[in-house]
Amino acid sequence: MPRIWDWDLAGQALPLLLKGFLVTLAATVVASVVAIILGLVLAMLRRTRFAGVRAPVRAFVEFVRSTPVMVQLFAVYVVFPGLSPFTIGVAVLGIHYATYMSEVYRAGIDGVPKGQWEAATALSLPRGRTWRAVILPQAIRNVLPALGNYVISMFKDTPFLAVITVHEMVFEAQTFGGDHFKYLEVFTMAAAIFLIASYPTSLLVRRLEKRLGH
Amino acid sequence: MATEPKLPDLSAVDTPPDLPSGTPMVQFDKVVKRFGDNVVLDHLDFAVQQGERVTLIGPSGSGKTTILRLLMTLEKLNDGVIYVEGQPMSHMDRGGKLVPANERYLSTVRKKIGMVFQQFNLFPNMKVLENVIEAPVHVLGVSKDEAVERAKKLLDLVGLGDRIGQHPTSLSGGQQQRVAIARALAMQPDVLLLDEVTSALDPELVADVLNVLRDIARTTSITMLIVTHEMHFARDVSNRILMFDKGRIVEEGAPDKIFSAPENDRTQTFLRAVLEER
Repeated sequence: MPRIWDWDLAGQALPLLLKGFLVTLAATVVASVVAIILGLVLAMLRRTRFAGVRAPVRAFVEFVRSTPVMVQLFAVYVVFPGLSPFTIGVAVLGIHYATYMSEVYRAGIDGVPKGQWEAATALSLPRGRTWRAVILPQAIRNVLPALGNYVISMFKDTPFLAVITVHEMVFEAQTFGGDHFKYLEVFTMAAAIFLIASYPTSLLVRRLEKRLGH
Repeated sequence: MATEPKLPDLSAVDTPPDLPSGTPMVQFDKVVKRFGDNVVLDHLDFAVQQGERVTLIGPSGSGKTTILRLLMTLEKLNDGVIYVEGQPMSHMDRGGKLVPANERYLSTVRKKIGMVFQQFNLFPNMKVLENVIEAPVHVLGVSKDEAVERAKKLLDLVGLGDRIGQHPTSLSGGQQQRVAIARALAMQPDVLLLDEVTSALDPELVADVLNVLRDIARTTSITMLIVTHEMHFARDVSNRILMFDKGRIVEEGAPDKIFSAPENDRTQTFLRAVLEER
């Protein structure tokens, strides 16, 4: 009678899963950096004086937000066959989340009291300096927890990269399961690894939220 | 009082411009300001001479704060021209014609003006000292060492020399407002605008702020435009009171005259109302 849970198999799978997890982690880190920086750029472009910039940026954000990330991955994968799947994966994931984060930044920027802008004007601070020294530090501080939650959410979206053959953890699990005709162990372990990594992170974000008085 | 400052040396921030005699420091020429259909300033004319301290009084909505905000370039006027030191401020000269000022022009003229706000508006992400040196370093191009030295003097003057490393949020409202005063002075303004600077304060904190302002008024020649409900303070520091109602000046004169023998009905009713409330 076949055992439901095969410890030997689990032991064999673990190194592969951990190898995949490193790719998952790398994708999360790179895509987060893309999203965090590009999100801010998008948010600021949506506030520029030039209407000719605002409208297309807004259209882009709406478009990306309204289409599934999986479809975007496939589309870019097909259109740019020369790029490595990892590059495409982190770019698409990063841009996708950048549009979400741009909304978060926007709320943070809008949340800085008008009096701060006025004080900066009264002191003749140039616009660039006002953004850098006055507005953004306050805006970003207020949205750090929200950004953190999106990073966790992105981490859990990395399995989508498997569909364009990035060898992240779920891709490895699938391959291993297919080779041995047994999926229970690998997928349970993959889920556990996700949980082990994301739960403490979400606790950290929650503590940050409390400290900032949300 | 514990925070009573010694008579301060304000020579570093008291840098009056060399105006040709007879040139007003500030001049409003038929200034109109509307918010939607609401006419806040109705062809307003008035001038403030160099070194003068003028207090604007009147019921809320009479346009006093709007005047200060126009001068600080926080609002745009709908008609008329504002002059500062004889130069147009709301407009700029383009081949002999006055056209509305652009941002670059405004950024040069607004350096002459400093403002203290009702809600202080200190930068909460900067420490007290950083608040005061931010603009001198990044706008006037003063070296950091010099800016720090000057800021320390100013913070001493407002009785907060021992708080330079703290964040504004850890200070009382009155202390924050005194930092805001130091911050405005650090830019060596020719005109200082005080917009209801004690209105957001608990009553027991008002005196410290007003005393600091009295010192500044006594020891400098900085031109001041003041909007306040503190009539005793207005009487102490002002050379002239302008009484506003519905966007127009209904009465003006020396404080003694306005407070002791107001002629206009509106002034009388208004003063009765504010003085009784105390």
